[in-house]
Amino acid sequence: MTTTSSKYRVIGTRPVRPDGVDKVTGRAVYGADVVLPRLVHGKVLRSPYAHARILSIDTSEAEAIPGVLAIITSKDLPGATASANLGEGGEVNLAHLSANVLARDKVLYTGHAIAAVAAANPHVAEEAVRRIRVEFEELPPVMDVRYAMTADAALLHDTVFTDTAGEKASEPSNVAAHLIFEEGDLEKGFSEASIVVEREFVTATVHQGYIETHNAVAEWRSDGQLTVWCSTQGAFPVRTQLSHLLQHPISQIKVVPAEIGGGFGGKISVYLEPLAAILSKKTGRPVKLMMDRAEVLMATGPTPGSYMRVKMGVNAEGQITAAEAYLAFEAGGYPGSPIGAGCMTVFAPYRLQNVRIDGFDVLVNKPKSNAYRAPGATQAEFAAEVVVDELCEKLGMDPMEFRLKNGAKEGDWRAAGPPYAVVGNLECLEAAVASDHWKSSLEKQGADGKLRGRGVASGYWFNVGLMSSCSGRLNPDGAITLLEGSTDIGGTRASIAMQFAETFGVDYDQVRPSVVDTDSVGYTEVTGGSRTTYATGLAAHEMALAMKQRIRDGLATIWEVPAESITDERGTYTSGDKSADLKQVAQLFAEAGMQAQVSVTVNPTGHGGAFATHIADVEVDPDTGKVEVLRYTAVQDAGTAIHPSYVEGQMQGGVVQGIGWALNEEYVYDERGQLRNASLLDYRLPTTLDVPLIETIIVEVPNPGHPYGVRGVGEVPIVPPPAAIANAIYDAVGVRMLELPMSPPRVWKAIASQNGA
Amino acid sequence: MRDIQYAAPRSLDDAVAILSEFGNRARILAGGTDLIVQIREHVRDVDVVVDGKRVSELMELSYTPEGGLTLGAAVPCAVVYQNADVVRAYPGLVDAASIIGGTGIQGRASIGGNLCNSGPAADSIPALIAYSAVARIAGPRGMREVPVEEFCTAPGVNVLQEGELLVSLHVPAPPAHSGGRYLRFIPRNEMDIAEVGAGAFVVLDESGERFVSARVAIGAVAPRPLFVPEAGAALAGQPVNDESLAAAAAAARNAAVPIDDQRGTIEHRKHLAGVLTKRALKGAIDRARA
Amino acid sequence: MSTELLSGKVAISATVNAEPATFVCEPRESLLEVLRDRLGLTGSKEGCNNGNCGACNVMLDGRLVNSCCVLGVECAGSEITSIEGIGGTDGLVPLQQCFLEGAALQCGICTPGFIVAAKALLDQNPNPTEHEIRWWLAGNLCRCTGYDKIIRAVQEAAQQMRG
Repeated sequence: MTTTSSKYRVIGTRPVRPDGVDKVTGRAVYGADVVLPRLVHGKVLRSPYAHARILSIDTSEAEAIPGVLAIITSKDLPGATASANLGEGGEVNLAHLSANVLARDKVLYTGHAIAAVAAANPHVAEEAVRRIRVEFEELPPVMDVRYAMTADAALLHDTVFTDTAGEKASEPSNVAAHLIFEEGDLEKGFSEASIVVEREFVTATVHQGYIETHNAVAEWRSDGQLTVWCSTQGAFPVRTQLSHLLQHPISQIKVVPAEIGGGFGGKISVYLEPLAAILSKKTGRPVKLMMDRAEVLMATGPTPGSYMRVKMGVNAEGQITAAEAYLAFEAGGYPGSPIGAGCMTVFAPYRLQNVRIDGFDVLVNKPKSNAYRAPGATQAEFAAEVVVDELCEKLGMDPMEFRLKNGAKEGDWRAAGPPYAVVGNLECLEAAVASDHWKSSLEKQGADGKLRGRGVASGYWFNVGLMSSCSGRLNPDGAITLLEGSTDIGGTRASIAMQFAETFGVDYDQVRPSVVDTDSVGYTEVTGGSRTTYATGLAAHEMALAMKQRIRDGLATIWEVPAESITDERGTYTSGDKSADLKQVAQLFAEAGMQAQVSVTVNPTGHGGAFATHIADVEVDPDTGKVEVLRYTAVQDAGTAIHPSYVEGQMQGGVVQGIGWALNEEYVYDERGQLRNASLLDYRLPTTLDVPLIETIIVEVPNPGHPYGVRGVGEVPIVPPPAAIANAIYDAVGVRMLELPMSPPRVWKAIASQNGA
Repeated sequence: MRDIQYAAPRSLDDAVAILSEFGNRARILAGGTDLIVQIREHVRDVDVVVDGKRVSELMELSYTPEGGLTLGAAVPCAVVYQNADVVRAYPGLVDAASIIGGTGIQGRASIGGNLCNSGPAADSIPALIAYSAVARIAGPRGMREVPVEEFCTAPGVNVLQEGELLVSLHVPAPPAHSGGRYLRFIPRNEMDIAEVGAGAFVVLDESGERFVSARVAIGAVAPRPLFVPEAGAALAGQPVNDESLAAAAAAARNAAVPIDDQRGTIEHRKHLAGVLTKRALKGAIDRARA
Repeated sequence: MSTELLSGKVAISATVNAEPATFVCEPRESLLEVLRDRLGLTGSKEGCNNGNCGACNVMLDGRLVNSCCVLGVECAGSEITSIEGIGGTDGLVPLQQCFLEGAALQCGICTPGFIVAAKALLDQNPNPTEHEIRWWLAGNLCRCTGYDKIIRAVQEAAQQMRG
């Protein structure tokens, strides 16, 4: 389970994280914990309808309630028409983002924000929200992706025209985009196949499920300085969004990232921050807004539900000859589902010659979708991995052998994107084959008529690089202050400090990392995209090199020797008979009126993609349809595991989210488009009792694009579980589950139908 | 939350008085794990919450081998399942008390409150019915008793009139060779509302091979928890075997009138009513034979 | 009628983290709101506000409760222990130390609830099985860790506490 990074001094060890004591004692300050003098509280009015025109809004009754200080609607948001690159999601349509923050002429999903109130306390604010009178013209809700694509469905926008590979259609549509990826000769490929499997799949909308709800505190001062504290994966992207949405100079906006209680991609777009800002401007007071759980589920950014068709053909030797996918993702009320990423990952584990992928970004009356851990890949690879499993069955071929035979590796071309650089797909498969889990036998019969089975699935996520900054200085006691802008969601303060310590030649506890605000460090992209340990770690490494150089240059002046004559070893700098440890360096510098202080920004493109192979053992109760996960092993290529405990943690956390996605999580809408389960009672996250211990095997195929070989690890672990479990269910009871979640009523029904009941 | 007022009466008479004064604008607050959430989510409109936990009768928990169990309406589940007498004599009640919500819920939630909330899927009610529990009610016109199977009338609605409150539940002492069991089917392994629940209580003859009597109740398959006398009738005097259990299961399936909702389908629930009845009976039989 | 009807601002005296505390709150404020907004004890968190996630766990009169499902005004004369009352100036208790060393937290938002809940378990069952630990903690949701390292940390702490 542990790695073999013994060639490093700090990297590969498991030190305690620097923010840990605060987090186990309740002292850490999350967004909802921020208090300011004269703070007032806000609440949001949300649409009761899935699809409607707003005819009028009357706030007079609400304004009259004692304690109500201000009420805002979309007319308080400046018009926004440009688009901006906000990071992981690519180009963002700011008009859509603005209307998502506060609806303009239409509401496009139940829970869509319409107005916001600031009042003396949250209870009064809530009362005021309930007294705002809105007149609606109800429109027919469009709740299903396939229906949305037909001519019958009401149009959500008359300004959205299908973009097919760059060409815009002339009539508006609910299909915002049609992506096409094509190579080779599909017809020829299928004609060469001796076995072809084609299956249809449906997956439900699923939420990231972070335990901390969204929050924002804003203080808009009379001099125009706006400070925002919020739970966010990226303080800089929030700042950029606010500047655009509020049409306020970006240099006058400071975003302070509070500690964050989970994000998984869902805390990148702004929701409450602009509302808090405008309410603060209007009231002259700092304003705090928090979402409750129902609001989070109804009105933030879940990952799309989907309809998919995957068709693959293999020849008699078990080689894939052709692969075809039709992927339709529910974007929600505004365009921008991760359909591109879905297309780019669907067949990623395989070497292909003949392939065609059609992807559709489809509008439906559900909340605007957002990133959720390897966005789009879990849906797409679920479909492909289940088809692969069926191909293996028909071939009579072991699923690991099939994947090794067809597995993509360095230099292989792929359907969407450049050829693979150094990747660890085959290494993961080999490690999986060698694992205790794979070698163990599984009794088919459990107790009381239950049946057991084993399934495997591969996964891939490409990860990203993007911009990160670090700055730091040497303290008089020889310790180094390291300032970075990556919110610490999963222990990255430690992994970043470890990389600095490794390069700089000091012990881990001589580094004092801090996550700071947008005034105090250079531009840093989101903590997301599996980029933080890679890119911000790279920035820390570069910063260590820069600081060493700064010290050498300073000592060269002080000692009057050439800088090249100065060597360093474990924090001691030497030239001839002169030598200084870091504490002495600091003193020498101070006496000379200098400070060892550097800033670095990186924008690396050498990020490495991550492969994974997962093995799941399940037990199915055919009488009820209940599926238990008995044993689960996640094998994953981490490049180099900087802090193995946190790499394991990413793997285990992603796996359990994937198990929830596979078995029980789904948005349930009624025919009127009302979300029936906007609560953690009926939106069913896995509990401690629902999962076993998760075995992890970290494979290390170092990424040449990083000095320590780091690959992003956070996202790929959520990709294989639904397919691994579906394949295990098939092994147990002989039914192919093609719909997520594989909840007991569905599993039971599938078994009963098969038995001719 | 809306503005509410709070009262903490110290006697049963005071509790009745304040409930009578405010009628249906007041409600007893026991554990609060249902009521507080319902007021917050605007599911129940309540102006006055009347805290029952300072009224000693509502906090009583006593057991005698002759008289059986008196369980005050506001006694938390955690106290119930840590009580040695209850664990020994009423394991089916303990089954229910230990799966209502999670540990934190059980630190406050009471079986009496679970009954008064009158959810069709309430976990305690099929168990109470199986054990022949009786509800003791106080009101402006004095005390009265209602068998638990008659207490709930519709989802969230029960026989309590304005000014009345549930004081305690009385559960008869179990005879020799008897056992009770409650179980439910949920999609996860905890923290869910039952998709279907089944409570069973059996009395066996001395050999343990024949039923003397049995009581079966099912939950989450009708507007209120259902007592299924036909299931008991199918077992009385019958041998303990697959056939008799199947007959009882069939009676439960027939009695079930479930709906499709986001927790289950009609088909699945009908099927589960039979499966769970059989499993609950088996569990009760094992306990009766122990 | 001899029962007082409390409304508006009510003064309540209780013992919070072993010290006498008096707070003023409205009947509609939950104990969670009182702890966070009236007493400045922000360690307990709101995750769901309906008893389904355990992020607000505190000990109330010796029992583990969800403070979002308790009203502040119900707590007159009660003893309340929140995360702030565990460890502190005396240092960390074994559970806290084991969570840190075992990397049993990632974002940390659920950690206070887990520590309060796990401490309640170990106080009454010093040698729980894995199943008993999972059962007791089923009301504490974590979305980051997948629970594996949390369970191990509780087992490790239990072992240390047994000596």
